[in-house]
Amino acid sequence: MGKTTGFLEFKRQDETYQTPKDRIKNYEEFTIPLKESKLKDQGARCMDCGIPFCHSGCPLGNLIPDFNDKVYQGKWKEAAEILHSTNNFPEFTGRLCPAPCEEACVLGINEDPVSIENIEKNIVETAFTEGWIIAKPPKVRTDKTVAVIGSGPAGLAAAQQLNRAGHTVTVFERDKKVGGLLRYGIPDFKMEKNVIDRRVNVLIKEGIVFKTNVHVGKNVDANQLKSEFDAVVLCGGATVRRNIPIPGADLKGVHQAMDFLKLNNQYVDGLVDFNDILSAKDKNVIVIGGGDTGSDCIGTSNRHGANSVTNFEILSKPSEGRPANQPWPYWPMKLKTTSSHQEGVERFFSVSTKEFIGDAKGQLKALKTVEVEWIFKKGERPDLKEVPGSEKTWDCDLVLLALGFTGAEKTLADQFGLDMDFRTNIKATTKDYITNVPGIFAAGDIRRGQSLIVWAISEGRQAAHHVDSYLMGSSSLPLKDDSDLPRV
Amino acid sequence: MLKKQGLYLPEFEHDNCGAGFICSLTGKRSNDIIHKALEILVKLEHRGAVSSDGVTGDGAGILIDIPHKFFKIFCEFELPEAGDYAVSNVFLPRKENQRSYCVEVFETEIKKQGLQILGWRDVPVNSEVLGQIAKTTEPYVKQVFISKSDSKQSEFDFNIKLFAARKIAEHTIYGSKLSESKFFYLPSLSTKIIIFKGLLKPEHINEYYLDLFNSALDTRLALVHQRFSTNTFPTWDLAQPFRYICHNGEINTLRGNVSRMFSREEIIKSEAFGEDIKKIIPTIIKGKSDSATLDMVVELLLMTGRSLPEVMMMLVPEAWEKNPDMSDSKKAFYEYNSCQMEPWDGPASIPFTDGNFIGAVLDRNGLRPSRYTVTKDGNVIMSSETGVVDIKPEEVEFHGRLEPGKMFLVDMNEGRIINDEEIKEKIAAKKPYREWLDENLVKLKDISAKKGPIEHSEVDLKKREVAFGYTKEDLNTIIRPMAQLGKEPIGSMGSDTPIAVLSERPQLIYNYFKQIFAQVTNPPLDGIREELITDISLTLGSDTNIFDCNSEACKKLKIQNPVISKHDLDKIRNYDTNPNFKVESISMLYKVNRGLNELEIALEALVSKASKAIDAGANIIILSDRFVDENHAPIPALLACSYVNHALHKLNKRSRTSLIIESAEPREVHHFALLFGYGASAVNPYIVNEIVENQIKESEISDLDYLTAIKNYNKAVGKGILKVMNKIGISTLNSYRGSQLFECVGINTNTVEKYFPNTPTRIQGIGLREIEKEILKRHKKAFNPNIESEIEIGGEYRWRRGQEKHMFNPLTVAKLQESVRTNKASTFKEYSDLVNDQSTRLMTIRGLFEFDQFDPISIDEVEPWTEIVKRFKTGAMSYGSISKEAHENLAVAMNRIGGKSNSGEGGEDEERFYKNAQGDWRNSAIKQVASGRFGVTSNYLTSANEIQIKIAQGAKPGEGGQLPGPKVNAEIAKTRNSTPYVGLISPPPHHDIYSIEDLSQLIYDVKSANRAARINVKLVSEIGVGTVAAGVAKAKADVILISGFDGGTGASPLTSLKHCGLPWELGVAEAQQTLVMNNLRNRIVLECDGQLKTGRDVAIACLLGAEEFGFATAPLVASGCIMMRVCHLNTCPVGIATQNPELRKKFKGKPEHVVNYMYFVAQELREIMAQLGFKTVNEMVGQVQKLNRNKAIEHYKASGIDLTPILHKVEVLEDVKLFNTETQDHNLDVHLDFKIIKQAHQGIFRRQRTYLKLPITNIDRAVGAVLSNEISKIYGADGLPEDTINIDFNGSAGQSFGAFTTKGVSMTVHGNTNDYLGKGLSGAKLIIKVPESCTIIPEDNIITGNVTLYGATSGEVYINGKAGERFCVRNSGAKAVVEGIGDHGCEYMTGGVAVILGKVGRNFGAGMSGGVAYVLDEDQAFTKNCNGDDLNIDPVKLEEDKTQLRSLIESHFVATSSPLAKRILENWSATLPKFKKVLPEEYRQALLRLEKEQLETV
Repeated sequence: MGKTTGFLEFKRQDETYQTPKDRIKNYEEFTIPLKESKLKDQGARCMDCGIPFCHSGCPLGNLIPDFNDKVYQGKWKEAAEILHSTNNFPEFTGRLCPAPCEEACVLGINEDPVSIENIEKNIVETAFTEGWIIAKPPKVRTDKTVAVIGSGPAGLAAAQQLNRAGHTVTVFERDKKVGGLLRYGIPDFKMEKNVIDRRVNVLIKEGIVFKTNVHVGKNVDANQLKSEFDAVVLCGGATVRRNIPIPGADLKGVHQAMDFLKLNNQYVDGLVDFNDILSAKDKNVIVIGGGDTGSDCIGTSNRHGANSVTNFEILSKPSEGRPANQPWPYWPMKLKTTSSHQEGVERFFSVSTKEFIGDAKGQLKALKTVEVEWIFKKGERPDLKEVPGSEKTWDCDLVLLALGFTGAEKTLADQFGLDMDFRTNIKATTKDYITNVPGIFAAGDIRRGQSLIVWAISEGRQAAHHVDSYLMGSSSLPLKDDSDLPRV
Repeated sequence: MLKKQGLYLPEFEHDNCGAGFICSLTGKRSNDIIHKALEILVKLEHRGAVSSDGVTGDGAGILIDIPHKFFKIFCEFELPEAGDYAVSNVFLPRKENQRSYCVEVFETEIKKQGLQILGWRDVPVNSEVLGQIAKTTEPYVKQVFISKSDSKQSEFDFNIKLFAARKIAEHTIYGSKLSESKFFYLPSLSTKIIIFKGLLKPEHINEYYLDLFNSALDTRLALVHQRFSTNTFPTWDLAQPFRYICHNGEINTLRGNVSRMFSREEIIKSEAFGEDIKKIIPTIIKGKSDSATLDMVVELLLMTGRSLPEVMMMLVPEAWEKNPDMSDSKKAFYEYNSCQMEPWDGPASIPFTDGNFIGAVLDRNGLRPSRYTVTKDGNVIMSSETGVVDIKPEEVEFHGRLEPGKMFLVDMNEGRIINDEEIKEKIAAKKPYREWLDENLVKLKDISAKKGPIEHSEVDLKKREVAFGYTKEDLNTIIRPMAQLGKEPIGSMGSDTPIAVLSERPQLIYNYFKQIFAQVTNPPLDGIREELITDISLTLGSDTNIFDCNSEACKKLKIQNPVISKHDLDKIRNYDTNPNFKVESISMLYKVNRGLNELEIALEALVSKASKAIDAGANIIILSDRFVDENHAPIPALLACSYVNHALHKLNKRSRTSLIIESAEPREVHHFALLFGYGASAVNPYIVNEIVENQIKESEISDLDYLTAIKNYNKAVGKGILKVMNKIGISTLNSYRGSQLFECVGINTNTVEKYFPNTPTRIQGIGLREIEKEILKRHKKAFNPNIESEIEIGGEYRWRRGQEKHMFNPLTVAKLQESVRTNKASTFKEYSDLVNDQSTRLMTIRGLFEFDQFDPISIDEVEPWTEIVKRFKTGAMSYGSISKEAHENLAVAMNRIGGKSNSGEGGEDEERFYKNAQGDWRNSAIKQVASGRFGVTSNYLTSANEIQIKIAQGAKPGEGGQLPGPKVNAEIAKTRNSTPYVGLISPPPHHDIYSIEDLSQLIYDVKSANRAARINVKLVSEIGVGTVAAGVAKAKADVILISGFDGGTGASPLTSLKHCGLPWELGVAEAQQTLVMNNLRNRIVLECDGQLKTGRDVAIACLLGAEEFGFATAPLVASGCIMMRVCHLNTCPVGIATQNPELRKKFKGKPEHVVNYMYFVAQELREIMAQLGFKTVNEMVGQVQKLNRNKAIEHYKASGIDLTPILHKVEVLEDVKLFNTETQDHNLDVHLDFKIIKQAHQGIFRRQRTYLKLPITNIDRAVGAVLSNEISKIYGADGLPEDTINIDFNGSAGQSFGAFTTKGVSMTVHGNTNDYLGKGLSGAKLIIKVPESCTIIPEDNIITGNVTLYGATSGEVYINGKAGERFCVRNSGAKAVVEGIGDHGCEYMTGGVAVILGKVGRNFGAGMSGGVAYVLDEDQAFTKNCNGDDLNIDPVKLEEDKTQLRSLIESHFVATSSPLAKRILENWSATLPKFKKVLPEEYRQALLRLEKEQLETV
């Protein structure tokens, strides 16, 4: 399989981007795909390992060597079939996944890993272009009905799997359009929203019913749902945002990143006017939080035409390479520079925000920070220490809080009578994804807390198997095994 | 005989031996012949063995003419004329009451046949000479004398009556429930000969049978035999000679032969016997040795009126199938007989006699030595070795040897030797065989077919693929390469998936069977290089009465490769134009929706359908699983095939039909091997045909049309089956068919006994119900209406998530590497927990155990880790299979902690033998001696602490290996003493180990080459390994290694990786039980390896009986290996299994990593020891009571497993030890070399020229090895200056003369030598010349035996006469001149020069990749005797060649005064054009490349 000596012959090559100057002019995706021949070379780099660690690195267990080989052979259709056998939505992960598979790639031990994610994206895009992705409704329907609450990646994956098993599936979404965080959290320049639409259209053709603007627990009674459906799968996400409890947090100009991004996405979608969004135009923007959401805020701010963009991260600056205590094949915490970062930002690490300062009108005008130091002691949680005399004041007009999420909202738990864990996630284990209430399942961020899209899809798929089992006594839906690489 | 207990099964006993005969051509009777014959035995004593009591031999005996004169004197009753009465020694029960019962039964039967008992005579014996073990089984011996019914009765009729009476008496007595019934035995019952035998050492035969001392005893002939048995409780009746034959070797095909004999008896009829024939059968009495069984069949066939030579031709045919030189009449004889009798195949030298003829045949491959000498006074002496009877050189008329497949025959009545050609032509001309064949035997290719495209009528291939459990790996890794390339796919590293019964995935039933392979007691074969002895054709149709010899027998259909295409099957199915064949198809499907038990019912229905079809005349039955659909599932084809096969046996209808399997199931070689092994005569894998067609459509297979691709696939399977057969030493499919050479692992006894009778199954497991469940699971998946049936990836060969589980997977590899690099015990704990905890994920048999009977002590009381790691070893991986960096890393690490690393089969650079300035030592403590003998020199062996003889390798037992030319770089070539870029082959067998006594010899050889080193014999776990281990212990090994089947490899066919060999848990336990049972355990160290990964693994191995432990994969992983499984591709991305300089740079392993790993394992072991209460490993060995089955494990398949046989503790006396307590006595102190060393002091230490003169006999073996060891210790590989120590010997040298003899030693034998001359020659000069007083013509006589210069690396040899088979095998540097050779000359040769001044046998130069041979081709016959297109055979043209050739012949003349050499040199210009130069193409290319490289560097 593959080309035995491919890895010795070809260097890694990724897709390139339009220049920052060009790409910040709009919200469109700005990647420039590789030519097919180059992609084949990249596929040829895959070594067909005896133990493909990438499988374990990938939470979906994608059959990476197998589709790499098909790409190398130019058999894109088969590649797409293999890819879809473990991943319902490779077009999402192919754009948005941080690619733990590549960190686990064996070639990565001493060379650049195989560009797995880019290959994945090209496979699925080719498949859409060629019209290979069509609805495959089940031939035989069971008499079972399932409600899926939440239409993010977990909900969509669970819905498609359960529908494949022949159950009648209805997806409930509280927003106007389906997609959850995919639609409202991810800026278009990372993933244009038609990518969601074209997939959802397939799901609809397969017979899945989508009900939007239905906020279960708010405008629909949970118990009614429970009695109408044979099973309910909760995929509502971990939507409770972390706050920053410091003086001035209620000033005008201090906003949650999610509000900022959601409005902007709605604007790009033509649902709201530019005036109604939180604009960063001509403003000095400070983004607090060094994660992906922070990065999305930076990219969006630059597209708005911000005067300056600054980014704070409370953790110390990670190393550029793989830290010694996080060896291959584990997922390393290392400095990540995204395309948004390249578009213009000043990044500061080990910075803790102490206070927001407003003017008389209650409008934010500056904030105060202090440098921090992390003390690591064996067997203890790291300790945070402020560096004396390192206080600093920064002028700013807009602060975006990208601090992550703390857990699930309580509404569903209360309504269904579900236990939650100490991290305020809905309590259910990966053994069967079932909650303490029979027939009610939970999957995705709502169960595991905030995480990656790839995990959401994975949980949706896994949960679907268990729901099917619950309904039918056994299930033919695929199940991945428990060989995920641990975090170190 | 010992009873079945634990894992020990008595039917796996083996024996091998020394045999010989002596006879007088002039017909002169003498007493002297008896003494000479007994002398033969004594001189062959090193070929036998002695039990733990030190006295009991494995059995010996002598057959002589009936000493009429003697009996006349000593019988108290009147005897008729010689020839008119029969006599036999009779073994009888010791208890008088039982004895008289036996006598009565016997006398009754004799009388019923109309014969008369003349009287009984008590045989005087002296029981004092018996050993303890022999005494307990000693029978009461009497002689019985029986006369003809009347004097006119013909000899033939008399014999028939004697046979019938004896046979019926045997059946009656053995059928009685008498406690001593088994004592009843007649060694012979003949009018011509009488046999004296017993559990005796050779020198005790005449001390026991006092008659033999009597000078009145005389004979014309004497046949003698002594046994080397793997067991220590052999019985008296199994001592040899038997009634007509004795046998040195092993019949590998026995089980198939026996079951085919039983089916022949269904239709047996004889006018001579009339109704009695029914009472005589079964001919074969069960539970006897292979030789005894063969003898019983010989006897029956003699009763059909065939002559003894004809019977031997029928049973042990020469390799006629691919011999273009054989006369047509002889070929016709053999082909005709192949329709009636399959070959009894295996290494076999079979001396035989009926008193009229005495002779011997050799198996088709010539795997046993047989030498003979004719003296001027008319004696013929034949024996396994030459020099066993003192004959003065001037008395010798002729020295000869028995050639492969040939017969040596003396007609005692005519008083002459009849040569092979004469006797066989005479026999072949007796009947119009060719005519019969032409008229009746149909060949598949001659049946016409319907024209038109191949049609596959079923729909939805994918669904059926799922139903039959196909995976993408099956499609892409197995089928596609076979169809594309016509070859079996190769993989690397070990198997670490669960055995079938522990797998959670539905398994095909084939996966529960493991192939059995040859180790030690018989050799695996090399069907690739020795293809001419192989054949896979089969004949289909009804069998006929063995008593008849007429045209009926060949009314059969012959298929050249019984793996057939759909096309072929259609031809057979529609073959309705020949009334001799009636074909019937029977469906193997059953209805699924009626609930369980449907399978069982369907199997019964299948049998009754088959039975009815036979009654209706069908003689070819096709069992088919076509047309599977949502309602119909397939009965597993193997189950159906085996059950129908056996059920038809039971119905006495088996011989009337042949089975063809038309199935979607078989896809890999193992599957086909099983189907043939369980009785199929042809197989059409129809779905594979469709898959291949599909792959062509999808361009997965390129540049081939459908028929060619199918042909390729069928060819690949055919070759693969051949390899599977070869592994167990079988060369023809005709004898493999129905032989059931498999062990079942994981199916319960009830099911096996019913559906696979006679297959061993020892740990129980699933039954029919679970098999049915697995079928349903697949079926349900295939026909699920919604979820589209996806073919799974499989994950058998490469780990895939969610597919088959592997012990080494991302988590375990990651944790192990992290732990050794950070030296963090807690991380190692995480790793070992992942491996050890199999409570939810079953992987291994050891995973099912838990420790029990805790008796905790403080861990401080347990011996320190530094002591424990001395018992640790790393696996045998050659430099060549892995990189220099990885190889040395392991060596340095193991030397740091006092453990042992293993060189593997690749030699070792001398500079590694010395420590470096930092104190690190790259020397491998264990030096391996494998079949390729690469770089095995005196100096190499001298540098070892331990010398390991690799008999088999877990990943591919019974197979050889190959290092392709491109991988052999300059450095590797140097350490292997070969030429760069020349491919190197390790043959499947060691060509000096075809039997247990040969192994004993090799142990003696290497022990002689380094007395300080322990000799380790590496075996692979399989059924019967316990008895093999007992034999190896008796052969004087110091260490026995039992490897699991799952050990790693650099390259192996996938079928071997997965389906051959057993887990070590079974092997170690069986070895321990058997060794303890035989009180041999104390003499040897037992070592275990095979995917040992954690301290728990080691603890279990130890409790089961091992005291030393080997690790290979795990230390490699610790060094950075990530199980790429591309070792065979040279692309290892972490620099381990590669020679690519760029990739080698990526090696990041450090000795510390390996040390840390060993430390962690030892620590984990210590924790377990503390818990169980053991302070030392020795205390812990074999304490199986500390293990128990883990009751927490519940699994629908595993729950049927019964571990008690593994946990069986043999009950023994208190002083019997469970671990090694003493060293073996190698009897080296009487080695001739010590005499030499004493006398050559000046030569050795002062390098002064020394001349010695010594007598030599055949018991002086491995002469030169000890001397060279002493020289190597002082001078290393340089040895001494040329001709420093010069020794002249007079006599017949024993085996391995000049073994590993180093530079500066020159040895001349005036006389002759035995096998293995110059084995591993390391620079010495050896000269074998005909003594001056001897008048024979040297070039016509055999002067040295088989396998000369095996693995020689340098030196010179001059042989003044002919050599036997396999001259210069795997020579890589020695120069040799000889005056004629047998078959397989220069096999696997990689370097050096061979000059052959006379005739050359068949198959010259097979696998020869290097070196040069010059052959004097007087009669232009040489080229057709050469193997392959890879040899350049040209006249000698180059000046340098001419010079080299001439100077070698000159040296030969100077050394030996050869008259032939003289003639050649005198007529040089006329003779030179008759020489042919043989230059392997690969070698020529390599030389060109080297020349080019040299120019470039200049």
